[in-house]
This record gives sequence, C-alpha cells and structure tokens, in this order.
Amino acid sequence: MEEKYALELMQKGKRIDEREFDEFRKIEIKKNIIEKAEGSASVKIGETHVIAGVKLNIGTPFEDRPEEGVLIVNAEFTPLASPDFESGPPSEDAVELARVVDRGIRESKCIKMEDLVIEPKEKVWSVFVDIHIINHDGNLMNAAGLAAIAALLNTKIPKIEDEKIVRGDYEKDLPVVHYPINITICKVGKKYLIDPILEEENAINSKLTIAVMEDDSICAMQKQGSEGIVFEELEDMIDLAIKKTKELRKLIKCR
Amino acid sequence: MKSREVVLPGEELEERKGRKLGNGVYFEGDKIFSKVLGMPRIDENEISVTALSGTYTPRVGDKIVGVIDTTEISGWSVDINSPYMAFLPISEAVDEFVDRDRTDLTRYFDVGDIIFCRVSKVTKNMVVQVSMDDYSARKLINGTIVKVTPTKIPRIIGKAGSMVTLIKNKTGCDITSGQNGVVWIRGEEKSKAIEAILMIDRDSHTVGLTEKIEKFLG
Amino acid sequence: MKRIDGRSEEEMREIEMKLDVVKRANGSASVRFGNTEAIASVYGPKGVFPKFLQEDHKSVLKVRYNMAPFSVDDRKAPGHDRRSTELSKVIRLAIEPAIFLEDFPRAGIYGFIEMLQSDGSTRVTGINALSMALATAGIPMRDLITACSVGKVDDKLVVDLNGEEDCNGQADLAFAMLPNKNLVTLLQMDGILTKEEIVKILGYARNSCKKIFELQKQTLKERYKGEE
Repeated sequence: MEEKYALELMQKGKRIDEREFDEFRKIEIKKNIIEKAEGSASVKIGETHVIAGVKLNIGTPFEDRPEEGVLIVNAEFTPLASPDFESGPPSEDAVELARVVDRGIRESKCIKMEDLVIEPKEKVWSVFVDIHIINHDGNLMNAAGLAAIAALLNTKIPKIEDEKIVRGDYEKDLPVVHYPINITICKVGKKYLIDPILEEENAINSKLTIAVMEDDSICAMQKQGSEGIVFEELEDMIDLAIKKTKELRKLIKCR
Repeated sequence: MKSREVVLPGEELEERKGRKLGNGVYFEGDKIFSKVLGMPRIDENEISVTALSGTYTPRVGDKIVGVIDTTEISGWSVDINSPYMAFLPISEAVDEFVDRDRTDLTRYFDVGDIIFCRVSKVTKNMVVQVSMDDYSARKLINGTIVKVTPTKIPRIIGKAGSMVTLIKNKTGCDITSGQNGVVWIRGEEKSKAIEAILMIDRDSHTVGLTEKIEKFLG
Repeated sequence: MKRIDGRSEEEMREIEMKLDVVKRANGSASVRFGNTEAIASVYGPKGVFPKFLQEDHKSVLKVRYNMAPFSVDDRKAPGHDRRSTELSKVIRLAIEPAIFLEDFPRAGIYGFIEMLQSDGSTRVTGINALSMALATAGIPMRDLITACSVGKVDDKLVVDLNGEEDCNGQADLAFAMLPNKNLVTLLQMDGILTKEEIVKILGYARNSCKKIFELQKQTLKERYKGEE
C-alpha cells in the first residue's frame, strides 16, 4: 500500500518525507559504544539503525597471504529489527550486504593487513566486523558500510602477554589508512535518488551500490534490483556516488 | 524473413502495420519482437511465432487429453500437462444426479483414468476447469499416453488430419491428440506409432519430414 | 607485454557452446570460456510446492549457482556457502528483467548452474549458459542475456579474466546485459579503478557481449536449422 504511494510521489518528483532526491536523512554516528568490543560504532540514518562491532582474535593467516591479517565481515538481520527478518541462517540479502561491505573495506586496502602479523606465517590478527541491524527503515547497505568504517576507525589492537590477549589493555590503533564509503544510487523514472526509506526501497527495482575512496577511485560496485539499468546511465550514477560520498566521509573522518 | 530460419527471443520481426498479434510475440511501439525461440508466421493479417518448445497454457475451448490426479469432494483434479491443474466438477462429468454424500465418485472416474475433454473455464490467474460436456469428450480406455511440445500437435495431426491418419493406418492404432501436447495411443504396434510421433516432435521444423515418417512407417 | 596466457587486452579465450546437454531438463546448455565451464538447466514453468510460495500474478524465479567440488585447485566442500548464496541472487536478478514472469501466474521457473571447471569469470559463463537454456525451454523472454568479465591486470585494461588474473589482478568487473535492449542487468566490481577506467572497460564489456551474443545466436539457430 505505502509502496504504491511512495512510487506515485517519486514519479511526480516528490518524496514522502519531502526530502530532495539527493538529500540524506538525519545521520547520527556514535563511536565506541560497546565496551567489550575492540571497536564499535552506531549509525542512524533517519530511523534505520545499525551497530557495527569489531572484535580481534588471534588466528592463522590464509595460505596464499601468509604475511597478512585476516578480515571477516558478517551481518545479522535479526528478527528484532523488522517483521520481514526471520531467525535462522542468513538470508541472501544479509549475505549480500555483508559481502558488499566486506569488499568495500577489503578492496580499498583500508586496513594495513601487513601490520597485523604477530608471528610471520603462523599467527596474525583476525579482524571480525559484525554488523547488527537494530531497525530497518531502508538503506541498510549504506548504514552498514558507514558503521563498519566508523567502527574500524576507533578500533584498538589489544596487548598480547604470554601468547594471550589482554582484553581492555591496548597496544595501538588498528592501522586504517583509507576511507571507503558506500552509497546506493536508485533510479526512479528518469531521476536518481539516494537514501530511500523502506517504502521507497520496496518500490524501487533499479539500484547501484558504489563504494568510493577518498581520492574518488571506486573500490566496489554492486547492481541490485530486478530491473535493468540503461548502459549510458551508469556513468551518471557513478558521478553522483562520488559527489555524495564526500558528505558521508566528512562525518566519519575524525578519529 | 527466411521461411525456415528460427527466431530468438528479442529478435525484431516486422513493423506491426495494423496487423493482429498472435502467440509468441510482444510489441514496443510499432515494432514487433519475438518472445520465444520458434518459427515466425507473418502474413498480411497476423504476426506470430510458434515456440519450438515450452509448456501448455490452457485456453477455453481447447480439446485436451488429461489424466485424473485426485478425487475431490465435488469432482476430480486433472493433470493437463501444464503448470496448472484443472478441475472437473461432477456436474460437468456426469449426466445423472449424483448424491455426493452417498456416492463413491471413483465409480465414474478414478485416479489414473485418461480423459478427452474440453477446457471450459480459465481465470486470469490460471484457475482451470474442464468439462466432459462435449460431443467428442470421453474416457480413453487402456492405451498409453505420450507427451510432446504442445505447439507440435498441429504437425502431428497434419493438414486435414493427413499425418495422424497415416500413422493410424500404418500401425493400426487408435490415436487421440490433445491440444495440450498429450497424445493417447492404443494398439498392438503402439511403440512404432509413439516413435513416429516423437520423431515429428523432434524434427517438426525440418523440411521433408512427411517423407521421413512415411519411410519409417514402411 | 602480453597477458599471462598470451592474449591481447580485448581478446577472449576460446569459447564453446552446446545445447541440450541435460536431456531431462526443459532446456539446457553448456558454455566454456577457456578452462571455465558451466552447465545450465531450466525446469518449468511448473507448479510451485509448497503452494504458499507461489505468487498470484507472476511466476516465481529461482536460480541456484553451485561449484562442483572438483572444479577448483583446492577441492571445494560440496554444498552452499556464502559466495554461492550471493551469486545465486545476483544471477537471478541478472536474468529476471528478461523473462515475462507475468505470463505464468502461480507457477515457478527454476534455473540451475553448475560450474564443472572454474578458471575465472564463472558467474558470467553460467549466465551465458542459463540464457540459452531458458530459450531452449521455451520460456518467453524480452531478449537473451549475455555476460562477460572485464578488469585491470598488470596495469592493463582487459577482457575475460582467467583464474589467475581474477585472483592477482587489480580489479575485476562482472557484467551482463540484454543485448538488444542496451540494458545492464548485472554489474559487480571489486578492486580499485578510477571512474575513467570504469567507463572504458564498460565499453569493452558491451563490445565483448556483442561478440558473445553472436555466438549464442549462432548456436541456437544452428540447432534448429531446417534440413533441405
């Protein structure tokens, strides 16, 4: 019902909450909110609320990358956040979100993985980024991406004594050297729209998520939705992504 | 358009020019495109494409061969070789009065029975009803059924029934073809008849098929 | 300087396409790009079970992408993992825009892709096969779907990445489109590329898809050629 209304409005160039098509909702970022985590952040975009927590454990490196730490990104779409989420193994949407956020972080090389070696080829730091959806009101991917990078930016590496991790006692900051930010550009009729609320998101079937780095290069892209995008529109969508992610990056850049 | 060249989904055919659109095509403005992998049929009046494969989509008036699947309270559910099951209500199957509470419906039709019937109703979201209330409708006793691509049935029947008559004569079989791609065969030489039918299904798009079938049947 | 296997930038590997490889399916095809080989089969439209999963006004579409355990260097444990879950989703969304799902309300169309050999660009090879399997199954479509991979390897912008280029390259981009409609239905990129590089390789991708589409067309038309 509301989807139809949202769609009608958008086709007329208007939005339910009267925002511009290229305007974000109010964004609230809180850092270091989970004591037990090595790093954490809570991001609210309008009513969408996502928490990212970073935990560090000692692990073994991958065979093909013996002198690098390990990054694992996970996402939980718990039933608490939305009547559309069910308990059980992650849905394809949860898997997709985790993997796209992962690629944004991994491909940008924003964490200096070589600095996470404890004992070469034997022991490295495993960085677990867990994304928890608290409330779903659209645009989870962008909120999750923002929460992940914000959490990483306040993550500290714990001390190790006698081969054991001393939680709560920190050695140094997690080496984060790039600031990838993802954004989903939606296509409605002939116009581009960002930060859809849930009703808008359910009515839109043409989306492109793009992760942009601070130097305007692109480190990940993921087309979403069940409709095709006209080839020539791709460049416009990338341009808009580069422009808009600058606003988001300003919000997280201070440590 | 080469007469024997197959067209692909998305392939542009001719401009509509006010012509009727048959099966297997869609339009964008005045341009007509094929929807399926199949043989185009274009004349001054109509543009269509006959699919070379695919499932049966029931249409009202079709005469089909169905198999009774389950016995319900007021009728039977019928497998019509389609993504959709059909329903045969008692009122459309039996002439006499039937007391539902006291009659075992299986005395009329039982699971596995083969029937030749008419599609009487098809709703917008494909709820299908069939009827035995037709001069040609009947139970097909004994025999076997074989399934082919529904769009090949006209070729199996042939012009004025020439192909199916040929097969009947050469094999001494009784053959009934349903527009839903199900063919019923009964007779001693039914395997020969079945093979001929499957040959037509496979090679319907080729030239010289009639001669090939004649040769096979001997 | 040529690529690892001697190809030039815009050169694709050897491509082979076959139809009707899974007799029991309603439609099937196999496609090979060098040492990457996919088999695709399509079942349907058919009834949906359990019934509550059906949709009133259109067909449901399900796609499953899977890699055979022996298709890679280090045996891959059989069964679903997160990667195949994500790929199943993006492949389904890559073909959905082409299909007239509304022609079969309350029914289901099921597509399966099995990677028999995996040497880079698996999802696009799978999509090319699935596209032809859908056509041979008689599924009504707006267009075929054609896919290819492009990327950046050793500072060169290239087409059709093999396994090593995929792993060790600087960026790879999977692309699928409806060739007659100029509509992009799959776009995934990882690595680091400037916007200008992306625009350039998207152009390569569209051109390569044109060539692959010609092969799909040829394979389908040859199969049904009338014999004189």
